[in-house]
Amino acid sequence: MKNVLSEKITTVYFYGTCLVDVFYPQAGVCAVELLQREGINVIYPQDQTCCGQPAWNSGYRNEALTVARTQLALFPKPIPIIVPSASCAGMMRVHYTEMFRDEPDASGAHDVAGRIFELTEFLVDVLGITLTDLGDPIKVAVHASCSAQREMGCATKMTKLLQQLCHVEVIEPENNAECCGFGGTFAVRQPEISSAMALEKVQTVLATGAHCVVSQDCGCLMNIGGAMEKQKQVMPHQHIAAFLWERTKG
Amino acid sequence: MAINFRKNAAKALKQDDIQINLKNVVSRLRDHRSAAFTDAALFEQLRLECKSIRERAVFRLPRLLEQLEGNLLRNGIQVHWAETTLQANQIVLDIMQRHQATFLVKGKSMVSEEMGINAFLASHGIECLESDLGEFIIQLANEKPAHIIVPAIHKNRKQIASLMHKYFPEMPYSEDIDILAAKARYFLRDKFCNAPVGMTGVNFMVAETGTLCLVENEGNGRMCTTVPPVHIAVTGIEKVIERLDDLPPLLSMLVRSATGQPITTYVNMISSPRREGEQDGPEEVHLVLLDNGRSNICGDMELQETLHCIRCGACINHCPVYRQIGGHAYDTVIPGPIGAILEPQKAGMDRYGELTQASTLCGACSEVCPVKIPIPKIINRLRWEAVRQDTCNVSGSCPARKPLEAVIWKIWSQVCSNPGLYRLLAQLVTRLRNCIPAAIWQGWTIARTPPKPARTTLHERLKAKGIDYE
Repeated sequence: MKNVLSEKITTVYFYGTCLVDVFYPQAGVCAVELLQREGINVIYPQDQTCCGQPAWNSGYRNEALTVARTQLALFPKPIPIIVPSASCAGMMRVHYTEMFRDEPDASGAHDVAGRIFELTEFLVDVLGITLTDLGDPIKVAVHASCSAQREMGCATKMTKLLQQLCHVEVIEPENNAECCGFGGTFAVRQPEISSAMALEKVQTVLATGAHCVVSQDCGCLMNIGGAMEKQKQVMPHQHIAAFLWERTKG
Repeated sequence: MAINFRKNAAKALKQDDIQINLKNVVSRLRDHRSAAFTDAALFEQLRLECKSIRERAVFRLPRLLEQLEGNLLRNGIQVHWAETTLQANQIVLDIMQRHQATFLVKGKSMVSEEMGINAFLASHGIECLESDLGEFIIQLANEKPAHIIVPAIHKNRKQIASLMHKYFPEMPYSEDIDILAAKARYFLRDKFCNAPVGMTGVNFMVAETGTLCLVENEGNGRMCTTVPPVHIAVTGIEKVIERLDDLPPLLSMLVRSATGQPITTYVNMISSPRREGEQDGPEEVHLVLLDNGRSNICGDMELQETLHCIRCGACINHCPVYRQIGGHAYDTVIPGPIGAILEPQKAGMDRYGELTQASTLCGACSEVCPVKIPIPKIINRLRWEAVRQDTCNVSGSCPARKPLEAVIWKIWSQVCSNPGLYRLLAQLVTRLRNCIPAAIWQGWTIARTPPKPARTTLHERLKAKGIDYE
């Protein structure tokens, strides 16, 4: 397979994910702004829906496959596909190959998988982006999602980007590697355990004394943010793309 | 009957003392382990080696077991095969009765827990005494182990002190660990000397030499295997390895993953009963090899990785779910991530299927597994086996399918593979953001506010922005 990065990147696909689509669209818009400011032409296939992960992780493989197959058709050009979520990017990069292993479109899935980039990973590793901080001094807690840490290995990319911002102090909460308890359908199937995990995560994030918490994954943010809100805590939560764009847009 | 994991977990979460004890010990175990693996590249190399050793062994399981049996017999170790725990218990009972023995001193063994040997022998008038300090405490408390390496992980010093004081009223109440341990040691020493039979588990069985390897830190295993005239070892059939050379890397990984030690205080290599002219050792050594559903797991390349497990407990220590609820909520012999994949395959999805939901798929377990068992991948597979309609590859799997859930996923699939319909519904959800009934979020809102859709979708915003789409 031809390496997707062998030529200079001028155009990319943007895969927003369903969670961003409905709950955090601003994060998606900011991600596109960041890419465009680097001179990248962004294509957003309007027919995108969901990567299929919820059904895949629930054991409904046929249903997941049907949905994933719809996504495969969206990316005909041999260019990178940028995903503002380590979890969905992990699904498409790691699990699509496995899902489609015995399917007639296995090679298509393999091709798409090879072109998937999590947003911060793309900004750091491929574009080598340089950011100029235009905001006031601020302390930021980082929440590394499980997918970012263990599946995509891109948790450090978020920190690298934040460290470029001279007025931002990055703080890693204690026990940062521990899951926040979201886990997709886990949050509703085992809500008691999920809640206990979320509350503990909230405690460690609040203990940083940061002004806000950022993450590469909106699922975690929805969980941590929702738990904070329930406790009437005022720490805002933001997707990394929204945070970066607001700090640097001028 | 199916377990009720969710209910058990909710109960465990309300027990504050368990929570605190667990979290303290779990963090310590994590720290010890990570201090033992400072070189990431070396760790990866060693675990690849261990994975291939276990892969090779499980792949050739029937042949290796035959070879093992031949060599054990040649060494004078008597071999017994048990398909079920009942058979295994019966074999032990027969040996006990043949020796007219009414007392058994035990080293730590999870397979003996699986057999429920203590209760079984008690019903035949035979007393079993746990000699591993953690198991001893658990036995005093009349509980089940909450962890495979640290059975009393959920108990703190005060609780243990009260238990000891209750059991040994002549001893003044003390929370001093040295005093408590000394008391247990003194009490147990007498029992070791007078026990007609000692029972232990086995960590590895070496096929080419017919050797049983047992690691431990307290010396109680050494006592059980050398002092009583009869030693009965019980273990699962999957513990076999091919060669003696396979042992050093496995031991190194097992011990470091479990406790962070470079090696345990005692490494017992049992190769025969007492030989002529030898000063000590049992006159008889028996090995009971238990299947109890293990061979069901063989044959499927993905699922049989479950049998590669060397029982270090690292996945348990690193599991965020276990860390919240402890071991008892699983209602299994083996708790935690490995229990969640092993127990449903052994005893049936209809009974233990809910354990496959005891995971956020965070991947912490497979990250630390010394033999690289892809636990989240196997959980995902078992979740599929639980709801698929075509065939059942895991015992008791198909009954887990819930019709309503299946319909919901079918509808979801229809919507998400029909982009026009998806866009329409996504827009609709954003427009109705203030009218979503709170009930649909179910348990989510125990600790969180309901998620609120944005005013418009990303699809709309990027279209309005004039982003290219095709």
